Amino acid sequence: MNDAPAPTSLERAEKLQGMGCKRKRVEDVRFTQGKGNYVDDIKLPGMLHGDFHRSSHGHARIVKIDTSKAKALPGVLAVLTAEDLKGVNLAWMPTLAGDVQMVLADGKVLFQNQEIAFVVATDRYIAADAADLVEVEYEALPVVVDPFKAMAPDAPTLREDIKDKTEGAHGTRKHPNHIFNWQVGDRELTDAAFAKAEVTTKDLLTYQRVHPCPLETCQCVVSFNKILGELTIYGTFQAPHVIRTVVALIAGLPEQKIHVISPDIGGGFGNKVGAYPGYICSAVASIVTGLPVKWVEDRIENLSTTSFARDYHMTTEIAATREGRVTGLRVHILADHGAFDACADPSKWPAGFSNIVTGSYDFPVAHLSVDGVYTNKAPGGVAYRCSFRVTEVAYAIERAMDIMAQKLGLDPVDFRIRNFIRREQFPYQSALGWEYDSGDYLTAMQKAVEATSYRALREEQKAREEAFRRGETRELMGIGVSFFTEIVGAGPSKNCDILGIAMFDSCEIRIHPTGKGIARMGTKSQGQGHETTWAQIIATEIGIPADDIIVEEGNTDTAPYGLGTYGSRSTPVAGAAIAMASRKIKAKAQMIAAFMLEVHEDDLEWDVDRFRVKGNPESFKTMSQIAWAAYNKVPPGMEPGLEAVSYYDPPNMTYPFGAYICVMDIDVDTGVHKVRRFYALDDCGTRINPMVIEGQVHGGCTEGYAIAMGQEIAYDESGNVKGASLMDFFLPTAVETPHWETDYTVTPSPHHPIGAKGVGESPNVGSVPCFANAVNDAFKFLGSTHIPMPHDAYRTWLAAEKLGLHA
Amino acid sequence: MPKINVAMTVNGKAVSAEVEPRLLLIHFLRENLSLTGPHIGCDTTHCGACTVDVDGRSVKSCTMFAVQAQGAEVLTIEGMASADGKLHPLQEGFREMHGLQCGYCTPGMIMRAHRLLKENPNPTEAEIRLGVSGNLCRCTGYQNIVKAIQYAAAKLNGQEFKEAAE
Repeated sequence: MNDAPAPTSLERAEKLQGMGCKRKRVEDVRFTQGKGNYVDDIKLPGMLHGDFHRSSHGHARIVKIDTSKAKALPGVLAVLTAEDLKGVNLAWMPTLAGDVQMVLADGKVLFQNQEIAFVVATDRYIAADAADLVEVEYEALPVVVDPFKAMAPDAPTLREDIKDKTEGAHGTRKHPNHIFNWQVGDRELTDAAFAKAEVTTKDLLTYQRVHPCPLETCQCVVSFNKILGELTIYGTFQAPHVIRTVVALIAGLPEQKIHVISPDIGGGFGNKVGAYPGYICSAVASIVTGLPVKWVEDRIENLSTTSFARDYHMTTEIAATREGRVTGLRVHILADHGAFDACADPSKWPAGFSNIVTGSYDFPVAHLSVDGVYTNKAPGGVAYRCSFRVTEVAYAIERAMDIMAQKLGLDPVDFRIRNFIRREQFPYQSALGWEYDSGDYLTAMQKAVEATSYRALREEQKAREEAFRRGETRELMGIGVSFFTEIVGAGPSKNCDILGIAMFDSCEIRIHPTGKGIARMGTKSQGQGHETTWAQIIATEIGIPADDIIVEEGNTDTAPYGLGTYGSRSTPVAGAAIAMASRKIKAKAQMIAAFMLEVHEDDLEWDVDRFRVKGNPESFKTMSQIAWAAYNKVPPGMEPGLEAVSYYDPPNMTYPFGAYICVMDIDVDTGVHKVRRFYALDDCGTRINPMVIEGQVHGGCTEGYAIAMGQEIAYDESGNVKGASLMDFFLPTAVETPHWETDYTVTPSPHHPIGAKGVGESPNVGSVPCFANAVNDAFKFLGSTHIPMPHDAYRTWLAAEKLGLHA
Repeated sequence: MPKINVAMTVNGKAVSAEVEPRLLLIHFLRENLSLTGPHIGCDTTHCGACTVDVDGRSVKSCTMFAVQAQGAEVLTIEGMASADGKLHPLQEGFREMHGLQCGYCTPGMIMRAHRLLKENPNPTEAEIRLGVSGNLCRCTGYQNIVKAIQYAAAKLNGQEFKEAAE
């Protein structure tokens, strides 16, 4: 006898582990036991290893390449140079940004560590030895490192292949080293606003060159089957389908004969979106040798060659009234793209979504102009944990708002609140063309102010400044504020495509007869936890426990076509596809349930995991029962089975936002800082798994901390990359990393089927200006207006020195 | 290059092979023994993804030759669960406290934490942070790694860890 009452709707809902549940991650079971399957774990029979000989020069003509000693080393099967690749028309490859880039140096090198020869050997040690045996004779050429000098009349021409081309992929080029000029907004109205402005500011705000630096570098294993003419590529690809299409287009292989597989990926952060020479060379080497070829980048190669981020030099001007109302924004960006424009942006957006630069503020008019230039640096320009070029401009506007507040004598929070886009203005048309979907900025800012006792902090800071002036302390206190608006979820086909493919995403769900299922996706997790969270959406939508759904990503043969994971697009785009596919399944399930219960389907209502007859809750069919029926007892005329696919083309982007506050103490004699407190309030709309969201915020803030406080990929005047190992490139350890306080508000996206906006990149976007504002805030009572990033101890000490604090 | 015989105990099993003297321990584990839990992240001994336990010390196996581990007792992530498949409290703690995201640093981080807790069974938060500072993580911001280690410390001491992942 079982007298236990039937579980309530709430109890059944909890069992599903659907949306809102802090579900433990399913991925962790394998990762905590060393059973992840990353690219370097893959071993194929007869597999060879590839390695590059790289340029020691930043800019030089190649007089001669001698590969004879390398080829003579036992165990070496092939050494490829550009001459070999020309035979298969692959010495150059197209970039995502409409440019072309050398796969192996063709006649000259344009940046240090550029790929010159690809050595293939039976073992990775022999490959490394042989790479060293390649001999290259150079004729050094003058180097362009400073982007501000790239378009000087006497600047050396870097890209001789296009020196006479006056039209680039994005319009007219006005100098051989010019890539594009891109403008948005109304210049005349903006200039007029500045002409009559009561107060203006103008500052050059530079976001230095950095690198995503995932712990696993870029790597691949390529295997060409000569008999079948099929190419299988295992790789660290954030966007496997795009890689397959790119390979089909540039190698001329039929797309159905290319199998691209992204296994587990050890972090991406944008680094693994692009196509790199290592992939192309491995493919050619496999075709040439008839054997599988593995290529694994080392850390120096990763930091110095495969896709840097940022390097934006942003002259930012704000016009305002004396009372503190912004009346105009004018921004010019000089974008240093390195030797080739290999920027990872949607095709029509040469400067990404940098026209989100108006941020969270109601600017009546604005104008943005971006010039891209070539320099003798590595190519790239990826979105390092941010949507395309968003963190750059978020830094610019948030820094500039602080500078203007300082000039007006207003508190940074009060100045922001005075200029916020108000809740009732949404959907909001920005002066630079975006339609912000939803927001409640004031509530978020007020919550942050209260949670941190912001006003009391300002009192404490004032007392500290007075004590400093009296010589009682050598420590300053900085309070950093940032209020960011992200633009993610690329994107609507009206705005976004990559090489002509619209940036939709996809989900295919199959429910098996026993009520369990599999979801296959066009996205690819690199640590975001998709296997866990995607199943939660399905659980809530169709009432099948998340534990009963397997999520599969990364295999282009089995997954529906998708554009991959970057730019926080997975939840806004693929997350929507999951909901839409689930709803197709639910609609069919309702018809089957109606047939089973012998009622009209309109007489049924949904209850967590079942359809029940309205007014008669005892009469119901669970999803599990319906799934079984779908395979043996469907209504007449209906196809059996229970599966659906959805390709979701979003109607708009989503606009997550947040309020961040940082409290920092700085020793003016050493430049050493201590983060006392960091508070991050994020609004990413509907929250799918709060544990995963908070983990993303911790990670993104840590990356933001690294960027603001120390990361830089710098070049000397000769084009030598300074510090491309972890000896120099700042990755914070557990000791330096601050404690993160997270908080949230929920403003759902009105156009997304579950109201979710995406969160992975918000903390990077919001935290970088917050840290930078904290450092600057500490010094501003001494008249300092802008200290550039990165704020390492030496540079901070130097700022104090310039202010005469060491006299 | 002439080869040298190397023999050691890995995860309780005796293993031996003819290897080049320059072969790194990490490659011996990954390539010769197919123990792909330990990872390679940097080549310069900074990241700690390759951390294993050698004779009771945490070692970054990219900075040790296989021949230097001659006769040693080596423990990798693959040897952490008990023979009946029961997970070590650290493995459990990392999942319970959301102490990992991409999973690439996790095996090295767990092996380092394992030795840390042997050295100091009741570490403070500051001691944990210093204790794992030779292991880099790009995803988590360390906060939940600290909790995962606190969870395991409590469990190994027969106590219950009450906090949740943040």
